[in-house]
Amino acid sequence: MGQVISFANIFGKLWGVNKEVRILILGLDGAGKTTILYRLQMGEVVTTKPTIGFNVETLKYKNLTLNIWDLGGQTSIRPYWRCYYSNTAAVIFVVDSTDKDRIDVACKELHLMLKEEELTESTLLVFANKQDQPGAMSAAEVSQALSLTELKDRSWSIVASSAIKGEGLTEGLDWLMDVIKEEQL
Amino acid sequence: MILRITYYISNTNQSAGGKTKKLHVRIYEYQSGFYKHLSIVHISSVLRMSAQLYKKNDAYSTSSGQLPDKMTIFQECLQQFNLSPVNAKKCRQLLAKLLRLLYHGEKFPSSESTTLFFSISKLFQHKDLSLRQMVYLTIKELSATSQDILMVTSSIMKDIQGGDLIYKPNAIRTLANVLDASTVSASERLFKNCLVDRNPIVSSAALISSYKLLPIAKDVVKRFTNETLETIQSLKQFPSNQFQLHEYYGSATTNLPSTSYMYQYHALGLLYHLRNHDKMALMKLITSLSDGSSLKNSLSIIQLIRYINKILSDDKSLITHLFPILSGFLKHKSDMVEIEACKTLIDLQHLINESDFMNIITTLQKLLSVPRTSTRFAAIRLINKISIKNPEKIIVVNLELESLINDSNRSISTLAITTLLKTMGAGTINDTGGEGVDRLIGKMTSLMDEITEDFKIVIIEAIENLALKFPSKHKRLVSFLTDLLRDEGSLELKSTIVDALFDLIKFLPDEGAKKLILMNLCEFIEDCEFTELSVRILHLLGDEGPNTSNPSYYIRHIYNRLVLENSIIRSSAVIALAKFAIVCGGDVSKNIEVLLNRCLNDVDDEVRDRASVSLNFIHNSRKDLIINEFQYDLGALEGKLTHYLNEAAFDNSFDINEVGVISSEELKSIDYNRKLTKLDSTSFAESSANERDAEDLTTNGKGGDDSNNDVANALLKQQEYAQQLSAIPEFESYGKLSSSSPASYLTEKENEFVVTAVKHFFIESQKLVVQYNITNTLNHLVIQDVSVIAQPDNELYTEDLIISLENLQPEQTGTVYVSFSTPNIDDEELLVAFGNTLSYTNKEIIDEKGNIDETDEGWSEEYQIEDLEVLAGDFVHPLYNSNFTAVYEQLSFEESAVVSLKNTKTLEIGVEKLLKQLNMMPLDGSEYVPSDSTSHTLKLFGKDVWGTKVGALVKLASAGGKVVAKVSVKSENDKVAKLVAESIN
Ligand SMILES: Nc1nc2c(ncn2[C@@H]2O[C@H](COP(=O)(O)OP(=O)(O)OP(=O)(O)O)[C@@H](O)[C@H]2O)c(=O)[nH]1
Ligand SMILES: [Mg+2]
Repeated sequence: MGQVISFANIFGKLWGVNKEVRILILGLDGAGKTTILYRLQMGEVVTTKPTIGFNVETLKYKNLTLNIWDLGGQTSIRPYWRCYYSNTAAVIFVVDSTDKDRIDVACKELHLMLKEEELTESTLLVFANKQDQPGAMSAAEVSQALSLTELKDRSWSIVASSAIKGEGLTEGLDWLMDVIKEEQL
Repeated sequence: MILRITYYISNTNQSAGGKTKKLHVRIYEYQSGFYKHLSIVHISSVLRMSAQLYKKNDAYSTSSGQLPDKMTIFQECLQQFNLSPVNAKKCRQLLAKLLRLLYHGEKFPSSESTTLFFSISKLFQHKDLSLRQMVYLTIKELSATSQDILMVTSSIMKDIQGGDLIYKPNAIRTLANVLDASTVSASERLFKNCLVDRNPIVSSAALISSYKLLPIAKDVVKRFTNETLETIQSLKQFPSNQFQLHEYYGSATTNLPSTSYMYQYHALGLLYHLRNHDKMALMKLITSLSDGSSLKNSLSIIQLIRYINKILSDDKSLITHLFPILSGFLKHKSDMVEIEACKTLIDLQHLINESDFMNIITTLQKLLSVPRTSTRFAAIRLINKISIKNPEKIIVVNLELESLINDSNRSISTLAITTLLKTMGAGTINDTGGEGVDRLIGKMTSLMDEITEDFKIVIIEAIENLALKFPSKHKRLVSFLTDLLRDEGSLELKSTIVDALFDLIKFLPDEGAKKLILMNLCEFIEDCEFTELSVRILHLLGDEGPNTSNPSYYIRHIYNRLVLENSIIRSSAVIALAKFAIVCGGDVSKNIEVLLNRCLNDVDDEVRDRASVSLNFIHNSRKDLIINEFQYDLGALEGKLTHYLNEAAFDNSFDINEVGVISSEELKSIDYNRKLTKLDSTSFAESSANERDAEDLTTNGKGGDDSNNDVANALLKQQEYAQQLSAIPEFESYGKLSSSSPASYLTEKENEFVVTAVKHFFIESQKLVVQYNITNTLNHLVIQDVSVIAQPDNELYTEDLIISLENLQPEQTGTVYVSFSTPNIDDEELLVAFGNTLSYTNKEIIDEKGNIDETDEGWSEEYQIEDLEVLAGDFVHPLYNSNFTAVYEQLSFEESAVVSLKNTKTLEIGVEKLLKQLNMMPLDGSEYVPSDSTSHTLKLFGKDVWGTKVGALVKLASAGGKVVAKVSVKSENDKVAKLVAESIN
């Protein structure tokens, strides 16, 4: 096998079609990570249970193969996030914008994670999720609470989203794809 | 892992390279009751008929057959599995290698195993079906040694919910290994759905996994009861496309069965575990499943039969209800089921009547002639088992047995012979079968040349046992053995024969038999190539010869050895001669002195030393130094010596008098008993293993455990008790422990608190210590201040003290001791029954660690348990004697009684009961009741704790479902005779 390199293959390599982009979805429990993952993959809202471990799905988005890992956010599972950091192109950090009580915890976990050696090159996308709920913090408020502006040497963005209504998700992902493609060239 | 491999070779067109054949191999894994294609190992390749070429193509075989290197595999795995994207084929091959290591028992240390686990978890990103299956197999193995395995929980659950059927069962089984008490409830719904899944493989996987979850989540699994019940009654078929899911099945799936009903077996096993503490629920289950059509799977019926057997061993009264079910399975289309039913009913023989028993024989008779070897073997084994206790019952199958002597399977033919030997023996009781024995021995003699030594040894043992049981037949059998002794044979074979002959000398009451064997042995050593055997025989001649009517005959033979043999044999001959001198005295002694004096000039110093020592002893008449009248209790001696050495304070010298001695009579009792137990259990080790479930809780009255007959075991047990008790300060002054009873249950075995009791008597200090072993089977309660109030019904017993138990945790056993001062044998009344009440304070457990609330005062409870009786058996030990009639005559005091035995329907039960009540040794084979008789005489002998002998002659008669015993007890002490007679009830 392997001997014949087809034209399509070379073409694919150039345009990054055959390369998989590894993306992690992280965030506190109940933030909506699993909901977002399947909304992206299947285009619908599924009923979820708290994730014990992870879900992993592969999906095609704009000529790219995305390999998306949704890790559980419960306190007992957070310590294992690091086992899945290597080769990660981007982290999508999901925040429950209605959960003001725990926004500090989210902030702490986020910065702890970004300190990791293996993630220094990764792009960060924050979803300020559950915008459909009354009393949700705005993206700016979330950004402030997470001290995103303090981040140096990293491409990041924050997008207001609602996984239930499907708002903000493609917008965020589009931004992410642009950054990744740019970096690959 | 069980594999089935099928293959066929097809010819394809001849090609330029020569003949090309195609080998089609299918490998199936035996899973959940049927063969499931193992898609990971598919070998289907075009090959020229060259093995070499084929080998190269096979990625899974390492050419040398050696295991791959562990560290290399470890490194490769980490490297491959962490790639993005992963290469499914490479990963699959690596996992196969890793599994091969694990299946060979290689283990990774926890940290490496965990690292492996995390890297494997990353393979969930790939959708390849076969890869996923391999991932599951590997995680299942690694879950035992890895940390943090909960990380794959969600991924597995997702596969079970919506994944592909190919790996769904694997996923279910792996999930059971991954779940722990904190995550199990999240999967409850999932399990319930799988249990009732229409696909039998999925259902089986869920059933087995639930079973595995029992230890960590019994409460959750209990909630599966309804689903499991639904499953066991349902009809599930393999979906017709099951095998077409994979490219390798092609279209050749039409011959596969549509269902195996294996899920019934799995469901039954699970249900049993959910209900085995609830007898009523279990009975309901059994009744509902036994209508003949509910269970279609043979294995599940066999399991059902076993459960029935278990229930019956706890509660015999259920036999009327359960017997029809069991006997229904005697006719079944599956051999296995029939065999299992026979086996179970044979063990329950004492509960069923004669004609019902004959139905078992009829079934077995039919199975003896089926083509399947394993079935014939199983059937003849059972027949052999019956023949041990009731040879007369299987005379009807003699014809079949005789034809099986020539069976091509030697195990079967040997069993046929040993069985026939027993039925023949039975036949000759009414002397028509005399020729039978001759004919059989004739047949055997010719067969002996053809069979291997292993089988010869089995047959020799059978012959010995036959001679022991039917002493009247010894002549023919002894001559068979001695003929065999003269033939060629290895040391092992000859040793077996010599052992058999030794035993016969020891235990056959007939003097003539003894003489015959001794003379044959003399002849044998004239031309014996094995020094070891000559030495043993000389020793025996020295022990037995002097007491015979013709000692000079033996002396002559022994003397020949002094002249002709090597120095080892000569030394033994010297000692043997010395024994004759000291026992026979007179002229014999003088002549031997002359012979021994000559030995003083022997070239070998050992011979000279022995001769001079012996002469010295003979001159000084030190009989005790030449002849062993007793032997130290070796177990106790070892224990005491170890203790002495461990103390390491050698101020006082070791006192040999502290070690108990066993008289040669007692030693014989031990041997004889061992002999008979061995005889009863030969080749049926598994049935006694079942009975010993309760292990040290040797049952008394309820369990029907034979093992407490075993005198040697009892001695050992008693030493253990003696050590435990002497370690308790309160009992220090009590002195020597005289006897300890077997443990008897004072509650049902499935009670919340299970209590057994052991009686320890200290005769010299007149003390009785009752040891109550209490097991707390409740998992939510700790009980404290546990004690037993024991109320004697005999005023002469007064309570001294109670050592209660402070604290008893769940699933633990603790001990309460109650000590009494007892009357003496000369007092009015020695027998007593204690009414027992358990008293304790309950404390609820409040957290997972099993802690209780310190401020909780608990609540006290009293709980009545069964009475404990003191019977004659507590004061008597079994003792062997080869001549019951003679010793019995000599005993001076006699006491008689006529008693109608309580709750006793058959003679056999009567005998069993008397043996337990009196704890004496049955002699002359009198514990075996011929099955069709209505009367029986039991001869019992024993020694009491005061050191006197006691014998009992019990005539039993059965009429109208009742058994009456006419007892005569004789003893050297009138009180003991009375005690024994009064104990029978
Ligand atoms: N109203 C609203 N609810 C949402 C939204 N996204 C998720 N949820 C709900 O939030 C709950 C938790 O969502 P999940 O996706 O399971 O949360 P998660 O981040 O995967 O949680 P863990 O697996 O425990 O880490 C679910 O009931 C979702 O329906 C959203 O945008 N709006
Ligand atoms: Mg989740």
